[in-house]
Amino acid sequence: MKIYLKIWRQNDAGTPGKMVDYTLDNVIPHMSFLEMMDTLNEQLILAGDRPVEFDHDCREGICGQCGMMINGRAHGPVAHLTTCQLHMREFKDGDTIYIEPFRGKGFPIKRDLRVDRSAFDRIIMAGGFIAVNTGQAPEANGIPISHEDAESAFDSAACIGCGACVATCKNSSAALFTSAKVAHLAKLPQGEIESRKRVLAMVQQMDEEQFGHCTNTEACEVECPQSISVLNIARMNWEYALSSVTK
Amino acid sequence: MELNAKIPPGPLKDKWTYYKDHAKLVNPANRKKLDVIVVGTGLAGSSIASSLAEMGYHVTSFCFQDSARRAHSVAAQGGVNAAKNYKNDGDSTYRMFYDTIKGGDFRSREANVYRLAECSAQLIDQAVAQGVPFGREYGGYLNNRSFGGVQVSRTFYARGQTGQQLLLGAYQSLMRQVAAKTVSLFTRHEMLDVVLVDGKARGVIVRNLDTGEIERHTAHAVILASGGFGKIYYLSTLAMGCNASAIWRAHKKGAFMACPSWTQVHPTSLPQSGSYQSKLTLMSESLRNDGRIWVPLKPNESRKPNDIPEEERDYYLERRYPAFGNLAPRDISSRAAKERIDAGFGVGPQQNAVYLDFSKAIKEQGKPKIKEKYGNLFDMYHKITATDAYAEPMMISPAAHFSMGGLWVDYELMTTIPGLFALGEANFADHGANRLGANSLLQACVDGYFVAPYTVSNYLSGEIKEPRLEIDRQEFVDAEVAVRAHLSKLLSINGSKTADQYHKTLGKLLYDYCGLSRSKAGLLKAIGEIRELRKDFYENLKVSGDEDEMNGELEKAGRVSDYLEVAELMCQDALTREESCGAHFREEYQTPEGEALRNDEQFCFVSAWQYQGEDKEEILIPEPLTFENVELAVRSYK
Repeated sequence: MKIYLKIWRQNDAGTPGKMVDYTLDNVIPHMSFLEMMDTLNEQLILAGDRPVEFDHDCREGICGQCGMMINGRAHGPVAHLTTCQLHMREFKDGDTIYIEPFRGKGFPIKRDLRVDRSAFDRIIMAGGFIAVNTGQAPEANGIPISHEDAESAFDSAACIGCGACVATCKNSSAALFTSAKVAHLAKLPQGEIESRKRVLAMVQQMDEEQFGHCTNTEACEVECPQSISVLNIARMNWEYALSSVTK
Repeated sequence: MELNAKIPPGPLKDKWTYYKDHAKLVNPANRKKLDVIVVGTGLAGSSIASSLAEMGYHVTSFCFQDSARRAHSVAAQGGVNAAKNYKNDGDSTYRMFYDTIKGGDFRSREANVYRLAECSAQLIDQAVAQGVPFGREYGGYLNNRSFGGVQVSRTFYARGQTGQQLLLGAYQSLMRQVAAKTVSLFTRHEMLDVVLVDGKARGVIVRNLDTGEIERHTAHAVILASGGFGKIYYLSTLAMGCNASAIWRAHKKGAFMACPSWTQVHPTSLPQSGSYQSKLTLMSESLRNDGRIWVPLKPNESRKPNDIPEEERDYYLERRYPAFGNLAPRDISSRAAKERIDAGFGVGPQQNAVYLDFSKAIKEQGKPKIKEKYGNLFDMYHKITATDAYAEPMMISPAAHFSMGGLWVDYELMTTIPGLFALGEANFADHGANRLGANSLLQACVDGYFVAPYTVSNYLSGEIKEPRLEIDRQEFVDAEVAVRAHLSKLLSINGSKTADQYHKTLGKLLYDYCGLSRSKAGLLKAIGEIRELRKDFYENLKVSGDEDEMNGELEKAGRVSDYLEVAELMCQDALTREESCGAHFREEYQTPEGEALRNDEQFCFVSAWQYQGEDKEEILIPEPLTFENVELAVRSYK
């Protein structure tokens, strides 16, 4: 397949960026999207040009490191997929593909398609944990947790922290990311004790990181590779309201 | 030189207790004066960093990913073993110890393995306390599944994302300490050298991957938890950034490497589809609980799998290993697949795969039950191959996966450099010549949460009087100069081949000659070709960009330059071990039925390798293995 690419190139946060055109002649439908990018970079290097910087690591959809806006959609045209799991068979010969970084006030651009998502780490630092020291935990079966509760906590905990929710949201809100952790820990008896304090601290940090508010467009759930439900946001709002009143 | 593993005295089951009772402690006031560097934030790295920080030491932690949560432990799917015996099916610490020793083909230390089994139950307690949502029964109690190589159900799981959930637990503990300012965390930093002062590990040189800056960091001890190096095969189940650089550079500073050629080739990965391919995706071994592996009875079969009648299928694992069937250990399953594929029975467009079939399980248990157990794996399979595995069998193939080999460590997980520790997959310790499924998450966690907190403290107790070092000391200056010289050299070649091209060639060489099966002639050939390739690399490599900026190509080139050296030692290691054991299968040493033939009289030892300088052959120093509690048996899964 012949593919025309328009890729966002930007040297660093302080320099303006622009879309640059590239053409690839021998794209194979079985290639993954990132293997297509590898092919482009190989060409650029051999021509003495600087390759396109993009984040990626596990290439199996779980580390959350990759992420690009592809034709205006986070992780590309297939819902509930990471960029690394997208394959070129989703495109056809002669297509033009627009590739941009995950944008958002909380995600400053480092270079080309790489963005700084450390704001997510700081939201977790604010309270996204259970304050238990290592080494001397009580017997695991001491607290029975119903099958349904464990499965529901897992559904929230499955977030990979890629940032597609932020990139998709018109407000650049990190509500889905933050609420997934709030809900995961609040649904478990071990995490419930700190839930009041946790939700207040995490939401405050989320605001400080310049992420916008959630206005319930639910676009985040549509793109989330792990299909994290917006019901988590409802849970976070409920926890937050309760905590604000009872604090 | 003789290697001392420092095994504590006393009966096997009391050794770890004895150690803990006698290990030296550091009082809380002194802990504040002691710094520890941890390289890597996977399960081993995050767990030791948070454990030491909680104790009161100051920890500096590094990872090359953009967040600590992305280390490759995140990708482990199936589960984590623990001898809880919740299923009441006869499990015990001793049985888990025995399964692991036997699974490793009697090439690991009894005391280490027993400790691993002993600490396993505690790990489940720890993870549950952190909020890891393990699978549960309807009554609310923890559930288990079976894994390869054992006959009990001792594997705890969080759907097919157990590694992710365990890592998030450890990561959250780490971030709690970062918030408390007891850990200084540097993401997007890669370790490029370890610095020795008076023979002890006292710091590292790292490169900030976002800016290209070279930094010096000092400490009283350095812990490498940098993971495995299976990515040396290029096509592997590992992440793109996984590398041998941290451990290899420590090796060149004096830490011995042990059994580097022992690489686990995982039987259930997706097959290669073309030369552009960058990685092989793993499908969890847990699938073998309900999936049946087969190939057509007829070679070069052209019919679709569902059109091949039952009597024309060869369920070769069930046929060859009736006692364990589809749950035979990984080395055996991979080799059996290779045997069928090489014999012309492989399936798929490249005839390089075998079928993994769920039709029987779906018929017996219903699709919803299978979906609940493996839903995300079936989804992943569909995303990559556009095939519905509920309707037709998956196609799978063996792929390089886990490094049993790594830095040689003693019972305290310390390398041959005082003050330099290696944890998790970065070390050679517990798995012998073959790792059992669901033991890797366990080992990484046990090393970090339960073992190293004691042993690192024991070491630090002798360092209390050592002051913090200034970073302008000559040792740090020299190390930085050497690191910069290497980076400049890579950039200055300005040839015509990319680092990936070298990596792919090297990977193919290793798969062909130092993979699932090895021979003397093949290994000698490989060593010659690797030397040629290395020479070519320094003449024709092309890296664009500069040193003092973000430069992904320079990172790759640095890793490949190390791989080109590691690969030669791997072949040397495989060449000198004239027996077959576990994942190491030498064609010259096999039974008439094609099973591995161990040679306990001559090779019951760990091969530890000492670096001798550039382009010089390394020296082999054996650490004899003694077995007092188990009998060396022929490993049979028939």
